[in-house]
Order: sequence, then structure tokens, then C-alpha cells
Amino acid sequence: MRKELRILSDHGLQYVPDLRNQPVSERFRGRPVITAGGAPSRIKAAAALCPAGAIDKHSGSLDLGKCVFCNECALNFPEIFRFTNDYRIAASKREDLVVKPGNNGSPGFDGKAVRQEVRRLFKRSLKLRQVSAGGDNSCEMELNAAGNVNFDMGRYGIEFVASPRHADGIVITGPVSENMAEALEITYKATPSPKVIILCGTDAISGGLFAGSPAIKRDFIEKHHVDLFVPGNPAHPLTFINGLMDMLGI
Amino acid sequence: MNGRRYFEIRNDSTPAETGNIPVIDYPLFREEVTAMLNREDCHCLNYFCHPVEAGLRFICCIADDSSGLIRIFSHEKGDDDSALQSLTPSCSAMHIFEREIHERHGVRFEGHPWLKPVRYPSYRADKLSVMNNYQFYTMAGEALHEVGVGPVHAGVIEPGHFRFTCNGEEVLHLEIQLGYQHRGVESLFTETGDGLRRVLLSESIAGDTAVGHGLAHAQLVESLAGFNPPGSLQVERCIALELERIAVHIGDTAALCTDVAYQLGQVACEALRTMVINTTQFWCGNRFGKGLIRPGGSNYPLTEEITVEILRVLEEVERRFGNIVSCIYTLPSVLGRFEETGTLTRQQALAVGAVGMAARTCGIPRDTRATHPFQYYRQTVINPVLQERGDVMSRGMLRAMEVKESVKIIRGLTGEWSKMKKETERPRYDLGFRPGSLAVSVVEGWRGEICHVAVTDINGRLVHYRIKDPSLHNWMALALAVRNQEISDFPVCNKSFNLSYCGNDL
Repeated sequence: MRKELRILSDHGLQYVPDLRNQPVSERFRGRPVITAGGAPSRIKAAAALCPAGAIDKHSGSLDLGKCVFCNECALNFPEIFRFTNDYRIAASKREDLVVKPGNNGSPGFDGKAVRQEVRRLFKRSLKLRQVSAGGDNSCEMELNAAGNVNFDMGRYGIEFVASPRHADGIVITGPVSENMAEALEITYKATPSPKVIILCGTDAISGGLFAGSPAIKRDFIEKHHVDLFVPGNPAHPLTFINGLMDMLGI
Repeated sequence: MNGRRYFEIRNDSTPAETGNIPVIDYPLFREEVTAMLNREDCHCLNYFCHPVEAGLRFICCIADDSSGLIRIFSHEKGDDDSALQSLTPSCSAMHIFEREIHERHGVRFEGHPWLKPVRYPSYRADKLSVMNNYQFYTMAGEALHEVGVGPVHAGVIEPGHFRFTCNGEEVLHLEIQLGYQHRGVESLFTETGDGLRRVLLSESIAGDTAVGHGLAHAQLVESLAGFNPPGSLQVERCIALELERIAVHIGDTAALCTDVAYQLGQVACEALRTMVINTTQFWCGNRFGKGLIRPGGSNYPLTEEITVEILRVLEEVERRFGNIVSCIYTLPSVLGRFEETGTLTRQQALAVGAVGMAARTCGIPRDTRATHPFQYYRQTVINPVLQERGDVMSRGMLRAMEVKESVKIIRGLTGEWSKMKKETERPRYDLGFRPGSLAVSVVEGWRGEICHVAVTDINGRLVHYRIKDPSLHNWMALALAVRNQEISDFPVCNKSFNLSYCGNDL
């Protein structure tokens, strides 16, 4: 018993009190800032360097739905690209993931684009089923971490449940492998309506580095309405939880 | 004379010239490989084939743990439909490689007991073989029933299907069906000429082993380019690899506690894992170490400030983890679930060719940091941690002991590092490759031995890239470990192995 008490006292308070404003290390790569007026030749070179095709060679905008957060653009073209450690980068619309050059380059979260019934029904309780469809297990581990003693998303009534029958929506990770496409469809159908679809991680949002692989089949993503896009490689638990809070209007 | 039967190389060193690898007749190949694999200190790193003009060339890399050498054997087969005499009846560990070759190229292996598909890849030879028409192994009997689990599981984990044949609560047989995670990673490596893209792919082979697979790739690329990483860079990489091992082992300990409803152990370990991965994030901006390992250099060279932080965190983690471990592994309700549960015998481990933790928990000293050292492990004393009983308890204890050992290794490495000249430069994504070469790179990730093999053509272009995650061997070990166990013990058995789905499916 004494040993257990010592563990508890060592353990202390692990809970992150304010998930909106938790300090994360300087080097964490969150929302990018792109300086306006970068030299066209430099922008073109950055676009050519980007291994994920996330940078537009004309405008210099950066698509967080494709970005794998390798930081090479910022390291090689520091006068144009810089990643801040702002982890609140989830969006309700796909196009809002595109960060444009300039001080107000990030569209931010558009609460108006959230379906009304989502907030009305799920604001105080949201049960989610996770489907990994070619995910590399880093996003999956971060989703698990979102419910752990540190991040504790359960405080908002948000949790992962074992069956789609108990869920209000699905969270997809991975680029959607062909071999998993049918199981994803079945899981979605097994979830009672109304339901949400959340894409977690760059792979899920655009296919990431696997876009174009013959082993990927993204029909499901293309034909359904997605309620929340959570970028990252993997998506940080704070990004995921803040995205959910924005979606639910918490 | 031996020189004509195989070609010998060392890990993390000069690659073999493909022209120097002798191509021998299949009967001789079979005899040589069988003789080697029947030694306990040898096991197969990778066995694959690739198309050549006249048919298929087979490459078999065997690790000799006693001498630290890797022997490369090769044979060729014409484009005809003839079958090869299977190696599996005499070396059962080869079952998985022959299955893979069969699935990919349609090669028939006579005498192979079960050419079950490995991952249903998009490039499979038999396009009619799909997951939905696969016939599971069945047993007849009035008292028997089947339980199917997955591919979507109750927890937040990767997909895979488990088919149990049970007698009441007792599992008689478990068949594991994988392939759901197949993304075509290997082909993407050779399709692109972009070195940076390849590095990022390597970090995504298994995101929970980003450092391990990233290092295996960087090491391979450097070997092909003849680039010798400076000492400071080698040390940094070893520290990163050990940090990854510590973080995952602590996370796994939390997961084991979850499965036996020991909440104190779970939450205490979860918090400690967070501290470790946040330290990795402090170093390179990513909790999984993505971005840290690069060929030719590093974007995040180690600094005095970072080493101080790593040592500070590890000191606290070691102390607190030690305390919680002594609670977990003395608590009767935990021991009741862990001891003599999911036992893998030493004989079974050898038979399936188990590597890494799965082997070391059965007393088999397979740790490539010690036997085929790479990077700064060449100058580091590594004492592989061993357990003997092969049960869940052993796998839990092994993790606890390895965490302690890794902390010790990091302390030693940071000491070395502080005395060194800091020569880590920026990464190189444009390294040119030696033409006509075959390079083998082995890294001891937290699960076990990771092996990447690459072949270049006469123009130095990467033409074949093969990845082997330790899980490829070890999934069969899990299937054997749950036999005659209660089905309710499956979660804890599965967690204790914690194998990779995407690492298997690629």
C-alpha cells in the first residue's frame, strides 16, 4: 500500500487543465506561416522540393491536407515558410486546410460549416468508432493518447467505443487501403444515423505519400461528406481534441 | 571454396556487388541454406526474388550471429512453370518467405505445407486470390466452434482478422489473416527518384517504429553511397533508437495493465510514456521521432541543452518506472493473469524464426545490436536482456529490464557524445548509389530486427527495395502462443507481443 501511495504522489496531477492553451515545445510543427511576396523562383523551388506536393508553385500556398510536416520547406526557404507550434489546425472544410501567404493566411475553423444537428445532438456526448485503413499506427496511438490521463478528452463526453453500433460517427486514419475499403464501408453502414465522419492525419485526408498507389482505394472518402479534417503526421492529440471542440462548439 | 557458394558482407558496411554473388544450383542452395539454418546462431534475414532477363533471381540473406557476418546465397529459376522443392519442411522458419515469393511471383514450392497468402498485395500473381474468398483452416467436431474477430477491433488499433477455433473457452487453433494495411510501400521506394520522399516513406512503414525503420533506410542509403556517418551522428541515432524503445516499452506496460484491469499501472505508465515522447518532440518536433533520422546528417543535431533534458527526464522516468514495475510484477491479481499465460516455447521460437523480444523471452540471444552491430553500437557494450519462460510475464519483465538497460546505454552514449567532435551536417537526399550493388541494412528496433535490402542497376538506380519488419516472423509465434489458452487471454497475449500490422502488410 505504501508503494502504491508513493506512485500516486510521484504521479501527481497529469491532467492538462486547458486544452486550448497547452504549451508545446518550440519545435513542434503546427500551423505554418507563409510570408507574402516570396520570390517566384524560390516558391517554385520549394514546390519542387515538397515530397508531398503540398505547395502550390504559383501562389506559394501550403495545403495542410497534403503536408507531411517534414519541415524541409521551412529549413530550405526560411524567408518564406515557417512552422509555428500552434496545434489548432483542424478544419471543417477541406479548402480551409490551404494556408495562403500573408498574415491572415489561415482560414481558421469555420463553425458555420458544421451541420447543425452535429452540435445539437453531440455537443455533450460524442461516441466514436475508429477505423484504421492503412494507417501507420502513429495516428492510432495519438488517438489513444487523446483519451489518456494527460489529454483526457473524456471530460467532454468524447470517447472511443468498441462497436459502430454504439457510435455517433467514425474516425478514419490511413490513406484507405483497397484491402480495407469494404470493411470501412460496412463499419460506416453499421453506425446509426445521424453520424459524423472525421479524417485524422494527412494520410486519411489526401492519401499523403500513398496517394496514387495502386493499393489505395479512396471511393469512400470521395462519396461521403466529411465533418472534420484533422491534419498531422501523426495528428497531435491536442489537434484532434481541439478540432472536436471546435466542431461541437465547446 | 566457400567463397564460390555465397558472398559475405557485414551489416552497415560496404554493399555486395551483384556480380560477385555466386548463383548456384537450387539443390546446392537448398543444402547450404538448410545446413546453415539448422544452426541456432543463424537465421534468415530475408529471402526474396526479383525478375531478371532469364526469369527470377532469388536472394537469401542469412545472419550468422557468432561471426557477425551476413551470407548472401543466390539461385535462379527460368521463366517456366517448374516447381522448387520447398525449404520449409526442413527449416520451418522459411515458411513465410516462401509464401511471400509464391504470392508475389506465383512460384510453386513443392512440399510447402501451406502457401497461405501473406498480404494480398496489389502486385500479387494470382489476382483471383482475394480476402473474401479465402478458405480458413477448419476443424470438424461437435464441440468445436469458431470465433472471428476483426478486421475492425474493439480498441483503437490497426486492422487484422483473427479466426479462433475453440473447444469451449479453450483456443485450439488461431489463424491470423493480414493484408488489410497493404499500401504498396515497397514499390513506392523504387518508383520515385526523390531521396527525401523515400526517407519519409521509411518513417511511415510502421509509424510506431519511425526511428527504427528510418534508421534502417538511412543506413542502407549511406552504405550504397559509401558515406561514413561521423561518430557524433552515429551516437545521436543510437540515442534516438533507445528513446523509441523506452517509450514503446513503457506504453506496452501500460497496455498490459489495461488488459488485466490494473488501473494504477496503466495510468502511471501512460504518464511516463508521455514524458519520454515529449522529450523526443522537444528534440525534433515530433513525438514519434519523425523527421529525426536522415541520411548523411540531421536536421536536428543533438545539442547540450537536449542531452541535459533527455538525461533529466530519463532519471525521473527510470525511478518512477522502477517503482511501478515492482508493484505490477508482484501483485497477485496481475501475476495470476501473466504467469504461464501465452507461453511460447524455446523450440517453437526457433521453429518460427522468432526475432527480437519474442526470441529473447525464450532465452534466445538474438539482438542485432550485439551480434550485427551498426552505428555506434559497434563501440558500445550491449548485454542482451534475456528471459527464459516465454510467457506474458516474461515479455512484460523483459520490457521492464530493457528500459533500464536502454537508460544505461543512453547515459553512456551521451557521455561519449560530449567528448566528441560535433561533425553532424545537414542531411543529404541526393547521395549517388553504387551501381550493380546489393546492400543489406539491419537495425534492432524495439520489436526486433528490421531488415531493409536494396538492389541497384548498372546505372546506380534503385530497382528493388525489400522491407522486413520483425513482425513478419513473429505473428506465427503469437498464433502458437495462444494455443490451449483461454480465449479471454488473447488480448493480453496479443498486447504482450505488440506486433505490427502495417509492418507486415507494407
